[in-house]
Amino acid sequence: MAVSTRRQLSLRPSPFVATMLLVLALFVVALLRSGSMSITGQALLTGLIAGGVYSLLAMGLSLIFGVLDIVNFAHGSFLAIGLFVTYEVVHQTGANPYVALPVAIVVLFVLGALLQLLVLNRTMGSSLESQLLITLGLSLLISNALLLFFGGDPLSANLHNDPGVHIFGAVANLSRVIAFVGALVLALLLYVLLEKTSFGRAIRAVAANRQGAGLVGIDVRMIYAVTFGLGTACAGAAGMFIAPFTTITPTAGDQFNILAFVVVVMGGLGNIMGALVSGLIVGLVEQLGGVAIAGQSPLLSVFILFLLILLIRPQGIFGAKSS
Amino acid sequence: MTITTPDEALDAPVEREKSRSLVRPLLVLAVITVLAALVPSVLSESRQSIAVRVLIFAIMALGWNLMSGYGGMFSFGHAAYFGIGAYTDSYLLVHHNVSPWISLFIGAALAALVAVVTGYLAFRYKLRAAYFALATFAFAEMLRLLATNTHWVGGSTGLHVPLLTADSWWKLQFAANAPQYYYIGLAMVVICVLITLLYLRSRSGIYTVAIRDNEDAANSLGVPVMRVKLTTMALSAAITAVAGMFYAQYFMFVDPDIAFGQAQSVQAITPAVIGGVATVWGPLVGALILGPLSDLTSSWLRNPPGFLDFLAGRSGLDVIVYAVLLIVIVVALPKGIVGTVKQWWRNR
Repeated sequence: MAVSTRRQLSLRPSPFVATMLLVLALFVVALLRSGSMSITGQALLTGLIAGGVYSLLAMGLSLIFGVLDIVNFAHGSFLAIGLFVTYEVVHQTGANPYVALPVAIVVLFVLGALLQLLVLNRTMGSSLESQLLITLGLSLLISNALLLFFGGDPLSANLHNDPGVHIFGAVANLSRVIAFVGALVLALLLYVLLEKTSFGRAIRAVAANRQGAGLVGIDVRMIYAVTFGLGTACAGAAGMFIAPFTTITPTAGDQFNILAFVVVVMGGLGNIMGALVSGLIVGLVEQLGGVAIAGQSPLLSVFILFLLILLIRPQGIFGAKSS
Repeated sequence: MTITTPDEALDAPVEREKSRSLVRPLLVLAVITVLAALVPSVLSESRQSIAVRVLIFAIMALGWNLMSGYGGMFSFGHAAYFGIGAYTDSYLLVHHNVSPWISLFIGAALAALVAVVTGYLAFRYKLRAAYFALATFAFAEMLRLLATNTHWVGGSTGLHVPLLTADSWWKLQFAANAPQYYYIGLAMVVICVLITLLYLRSRSGIYTVAIRDNEDAANSLGVPVMRVKLTTMALSAAITAVAGMFYAQYFMFVDPDIAFGQAQSVQAITPAVIGGVATVWGPLVGALILGPLSDLTSSWLRNPPGFLDFLAGRSGLDVIVYAVLLIVIVVALPKGIVGTVKQWWRNR
C-alpha cells in the first residue's frame, strides 16, 4: 500500500458525492428535528472546526499506516501525551498554552521515533495482528502511565481569555478557531514536506517499495523511525491544539483514537489528502448527527457511518483502488 | 525421488490420528480440574476473589481464542458479547426476576445471534484483517454508547443485581467470597475447554482451521466458508457471553464501561496472547498469570515497598505491568508461553 497524496485529484465522483449527499441529508434531518436554523448552523460550524483537528490527527495515523503498514492503536494515547505536555508547560511556567506547541511536537516526534527504532523495527514484516497487539499494549501502557503520574483527576490548560468569535451567525471560541486554523496549516506543511521535498520523496519511495528504496541507498529503518515520529508528532500537535478546551484526563485520547480510525478508513488507509478531507466530513457528521439523533451520543452517528463505510467501501470514499 | 514403503505411508496418517485423539487432552483437563478443585481449601478467603477473576479471564480468553486464534478472525470487540451476556443477565434479573441460569442461555443465544449478523455483514463484504478488527471494535463501542443513553438498562449508572438475604443456587447468589462462586466458575471453565476440544475435532472445527490457513484453497475444495466462519463466531460469542453473565453475578453490578468498554475486549485478548494463541491451554496459562499479577501490583500500590513510596495511593500500575508483558510476549515470544514450550518440546 502506498501513501498517495496525488490521487485525490482523480477522485471518482460517486462515493465522495454520495457521502456529501449523506451529510446534506443529515443536515436536513437536523434542521427538521431541531426546527431551528441557528442550532443547525451552530452544529455545522462546530463540526467543521472540530474536523480540522481530526484531519491533522488522522493524517498522522494514515501516514504511519501507509509507510509502515502498522495499524497504530496507540494514536489516541499519543494525543493524550500532547495534552499532558501542554498541561505541564502551562502549569510549570504559567505561559500561554500555545507556547507548548513546539514542545509537544518535539517530544512526540522523539518518542515516536525512539519507539519505532527500539521496539517496532524488530517486528516489521510480522503479521498485522502482532503489530496491532503491540500498539494496543502501548496504548494501555501510555494511558496508565499518565494515570500513575498525574492521577485520574481532570486537569485543564485553559486560555486566560477565550472570547467567542462570530462566524456567519454562529459562535466559536477563539481557542477552537485557532485549533482549526493551526491544524490545517500543519496539515498543509506535512503535505508539502511529503510532496515537495527530497526527504518526502524518500518516505514515499519506502512506502511504494521498501526493497527498491533500500537498494538505491535510502536508510529504510531511519525512514521508518522518522515517519512514525512524524505521525506521532501530528497526534501531539493535535493534542496541544485541543488542550485549551478539553478536560485533560489520561483516557481523554480514547475517543479521538476511534475518530481518527474512522477518518483514516474513510479517506482510504494511507491516503493523506483523503484523511484531510474526511476529517472535516467526520466533524460535520458528528455534530449534525448529535442534533439529528437527539438523546444519543453524537459519536453514535460517527460509528454508524464507520460501519457503513467499512461494509460498503472499505477502500475509502476517494476512488483510489488500494490493496 | 524417494519411494515410500507401504509401512511408512501408513504411518503418517496413523500418527496424525493419534495426535488428534482426545485421550491426552482429557487426561490433562482431569488433572487440572482436580488440582483446581483443591484451591479453595488452601487459599485464604480473601484470596478467593483472585481465583474467581482468573476463571473469568479464562472463559473470556477461551472464547476469544476460538474465533481469533483458531479462526484467524481477529476480534477487537469481544466486549460486545461479554456485555450482552452481562446485561441480559442483570436486566432479566432486575426487571423480570429471571434466574441467571436461564439468562445464561438467553444471553449466549443473543450474543451468538449478534455475532452471526455482524459476521455475515463483514464477510459478505469481504472485510479482512485490520478492517475486520476495526469493525468489531466500532461495534462494541456503539453498544457502549447505546447502553449509556438507554434508560431501561439503567443508562450510564448501569444495573445492580438485587441483594438477597440468603444464599440461593437458583439466583446464583452467595455470601461474598463463598467457595460456591469458585466452583461454579471452575465448572464453566471446564465445560468451555471441553467445548473447545470437541469443536476442534468436529468437521466444522477442522474446517475453521483450514479456512484460517488458506481460505481460497478451503473454498475451492468445497468447504462452506461462510457457514463455518459464522458457526465459529457464534460459539466464541456464546462462551464470552457466559463470562459476562458470571461477572455480573459475582460483582453484582454492570455499567456500560465495564460491560462494553475497550478494557473488557483487551481482557479477552491478553490472556490468550500471553498464554499462546491457538492453543487449548494457552488461555488458561495466561489467565493464571494475569489474575494474580494484577492483584499483586494493586497491593503494591496500597502498601508500596520503600523504593516505590511515591506511588502510594496511585492507580494504573497493574495495567502497566500487563501492557508491558503483552508487548514483551508479542516481540519476544510470538507463539506465547504454551506455544513456545510446545515447540521447544518437539525440537528437543
